[in-house]
Amino acid sequence: MTEMKYKTPLLDELEKGPWPSFVKEIKKEAHRPMVQDVLGQVERSYEEHISHWKHGGLVGVMGYGGGVIGRYSDLAHEFTNVAEFHTHRVNQPSAWFYTSDALRTLCDIWDRHGSGLTNMHGSTGDIVFLGSTTQAIEPLFKDLTAAGWDLGGSGSNMRTPSCCVGPARCEWACYDTLDACYNITQNFQDELHRPFFPYKWKFKFAGCPNDCVASIARSDCSVMGTWRDEIQVNQAKVLEYAKTVDIENEICDFCPTRCIEWDGKTLEIDNSNCVKCMHCINVLPKALKPGKDRGATILIGGKAPIVGGALLCSVFVPFLEMDPDSDYEDLKELTEAIWDLWGEHGKMRERVGEFIQRVGMSNFLEEIGLDPIPEMVMAPRSNPYIFFDDEIFETEE
Amino acid sequence: MADVTVDQVADAMFDLVSSMKGKRDLKPMDVSKQMMEKFGDEVDKKMCKKALRTLIDSGRLTYKYAGGSYVTLPEA
Ligand code: HEM
Ligand code: HEM
Ligand code: SF4
Ligand code: SF4
Repeated sequence: MTEMKYKTPLLDELEKGPWPSFVKEIKKEAHRPMVQDVLGQVERSYEEHISHWKHGGLVGVMGYGGGVIGRYSDLAHEFTNVAEFHTHRVNQPSAWFYTSDALRTLCDIWDRHGSGLTNMHGSTGDIVFLGSTTQAIEPLFKDLTAAGWDLGGSGSNMRTPSCCVGPARCEWACYDTLDACYNITQNFQDELHRPFFPYKWKFKFAGCPNDCVASIARSDCSVMGTWRDEIQVNQAKVLEYAKTVDIENEICDFCPTRCIEWDGKTLEIDNSNCVKCMHCINVLPKALKPGKDRGATILIGGKAPIVGGALLCSVFVPFLEMDPDSDYEDLKELTEAIWDLWGEHGKMRERVGEFIQRVGMSNFLEEIGLDPIPEMVMAPRSNPYIFFDDEIFETEE
Repeated sequence: MADVTVDQVADAMFDLVSSMKGKRDLKPMDVSKQMMEKFGDEVDKKMCKKALRTLIDSGRLTYKYAGGSYVTLPEA
């Protein structure tokens, strides 16, 4: 093993134990001076409880406003090899499928131009190349694009969209997440590379409400697979399960709307009250599956707590067809309407979810041209001072 | 006024960003809004995006990140 330039007792702690260790991995690349200085500087940060990375500035490739994130050491005089240590986001393929050849190509390119350290993958989904000099940025980009790759998003633009594994491996996918993700990425190249928004915009595509890409918590627009007909039930298989699963307690009682009945022989679902939580399907995968009339629910407004607090997405369009032949026109149209409104009136660093909170959902909907519907309500109001319109009572009679 | 060209918008954008140098950073949307005000109905957002793109691609202006994205003059 390469001899270490700095003593790193604090980092060394993180090599202990049976789990993967980023310290162990970084040390494998310690034959590079840049990586030695990373270890030295990070150890210093652990001692002092403060980051020594500076952020921002004017780095990037000609023509693009995102994809390269400026990182500098504020101890550059001491850790000279990481004085410039820029991060590169490389647009990942849909659902992170690679050939080994593709991975080798990427690694070879990165070996030539940077630290050799990667993060597979960043939370946006991109392949992350960690640490290059400013000088290396354009040559790296040239090699990447020549090999068919492109940078992803950063800054106030559409971030690299990502999706769950979807129909490639998962029988619950209600639409082709990989195709939708790819299509949207290609369609909005301008928005991906040329920042024009008040702040970032993230798309995530989940094939069903299990939401394996955590789209509801991590994206401004979550496209979540769903169905609007009946859950497909194989009664014989349910009976099979009944030998080992307590259907009453584990299925019926856990259904959030209590819309399942079990008499010991037949499972009956009141589909009109099913809220597509996936619980019954997850527990009885061989017996139940999503319906056949499939599409996606569009949810808007999620974000992590960077500027304001965290928000979850809420329902915007309960059902949208996601037929690849339609080229996702409805989704694109809706997206552009939202971008126009938020783009024009959003404040600097205001995510769309915060924008909606500020202007009010009803104003937002009116401007977008959608009618309010019950599915948009996150939780009914608990306040008893509710004044119904008379006509509601009239039709009730 | 005769038809406004993308180049005219680009030049006006460049002048605006130059005049604000050192005073205030402008976002791409700020620059575009001011152009739409200046030129009126003849210039829309699409045209502004095109003008901005010619400026960035030619290197007359560049993007900058400081919490959010801005357009600015390239460093000398
Ligand atoms: C015996 C006296 C009172 C009773 C029985 C009463 C009852 C209630 C009830 C049942 C609610 C709705 C709670 C909910 O949303 O779940 C409410 C809300 C409210 N009350 Fe009172 N209240 C009383 C006195 C007052 C007084 C004296 C004030 C102010 C000076 C007040 C201010 C409010 C306000 C501002 C709300 C609205 C909270 C919201 O909508 O978020 N109440 N009250
Ligand atoms: C700038 C001042 C005020 C603001 C920003 C404000 C804000 C609010 C808000 C946001 C609600 C909840 C409405 C809803 O959930 O639909 C509310 C309800 C209420 N406020 Fe105020 N309020 C103010 C002043 C007052 C004053 C001065 C009083 C009484 C003297 C008052 C009494 C109430 C009551 C009784 C409710 C409950 C009404 C209902 O539930 O139908 N508010 N207020
Ligand atoms: S979100 Fe649903 S469709 Fe996608 S991988 Fe997870 S379970 Fe399968
Ligand atoms: S998916 Fe959820 S809400 Fe629907 S029937 Fe199953 S448990 Fe109930």
